[in-house]
Amino acid sequence: MIELIRHPWPWYVAGAVIGLTVPVLLLIGNKHLGISSSLRHLCAACFPANISFFKYDWKREIWNLFFVGGVLIGSFLAVQFLRDPAGVVISEKTISDLQALNVQVDANLMPVSIFSFDNLFTLQGLLFFVVGGFMVGFGTRYAGGCTSGHTIMGISNLQWPSVVASCFFMLGGFVMVQLIFPWLMKVL
Amino acid sequence: MQKTTDEFIDTVEIEQPIVCDAPNDQIAKETLIGSNLKYLVVGIMFGIVFVKAEIISWYRIQEMFRLHSFHMYGVIGTAVVVGIISVWIIKRFNIKTIQGEQVVFHNKQFHWGTVVGGFMFGLGWAITGACPGPLFAQIGSGFLVVIVTLLSAIAGTWVYGLVKEKLPH
Repeated sequence: MIELIRHPWPWYVAGAVIGLTVPVLLLIGNKHLGISSSLRHLCAACFPANISFFKYDWKREIWNLFFVGGVLIGSFLAVQFLRDPAGVVISEKTISDLQALNVQVDANLMPVSIFSFDNLFTLQGLLFFVVGGFMVGFGTRYAGGCTSGHTIMGISNLQWPSVVASCFFMLGGFVMVQLIFPWLMKVL
Repeated sequence: MQKTTDEFIDTVEIEQPIVCDAPNDQIAKETLIGSNLKYLVVGIMFGIVFVKAEIISWYRIQEMFRLHSFHMYGVIGTAVVVGIISVWIIKRFNIKTIQGEQVVFHNKQFHWGTVVGGFMFGLGWAITGACPGPLFAQIGSGFLVVIVTLLSAIAGTWVYGLVKEKLPH
């Protein structure tokens, strides 16, 4: 059994568990899945700076921070105790594409050559961590949700704006990976 | 109001914005730890799935946007289908929360941010290899430098709050 859990989980298992989070959260306390909201609550709790967007009762929404705290703990537990010794196996085509862009492909969840503190004060670090993170935080809030709030919760509730949002999430991703990323990796 | 929702007269429909995009609609009072521990547990399960299905992997995101693998599409597609069926069942059979309350649903509103913000998030998603949830999971799985990405994402949210009124909505 534990061997089975250690192997990477197939998409239909992961998808089903993630999808079931929607009714679970609704039924255990009328909560709506939406993880990017945690970033807003952190702003409201730590530095509201008299901005009206952050003036609300964030304590009432604190369940969301418990939830993301759980995500952090859960990922830690999975890596510590359920790690697959084989590592992450991705498609050969992606490996050769990335190698052509001088990305050192390893068997970790993310390339250590990019996602390390050594890279923090380089142009690459600025781009991957600071600019990338900023676009995630600003973009999700402007869009009114992220992959969880729009793509999963919103579409589950048949909200057409969530379908539109999800299409633009994907479009942004394609534009980055197909057009901007190859150029960036050459320049940096 | 959609026609389908009219059939479920017991279902409460409230227009956004309430407080936030993922609001707490419970009426019963909640205690800080006692009531919220269950969300920590659901979060832990979520975090384990994120790692075990490699959804938080930067490589998997690259693979997805290169159309080299079905994996991520399978995960998201299954989650959406399971979600749609679950919400339909809750509405159809008027299932109450464990506190005995009516489940509340909200309509998402369309505005320019849905397009521009969505596109911007997509760019960031592809380069960080993470949406907001996986940011937390990447940190938990040992990539501590992602703390910087998370702080930057919080800064992005903060700046949005600052300039919100000046942006087209």
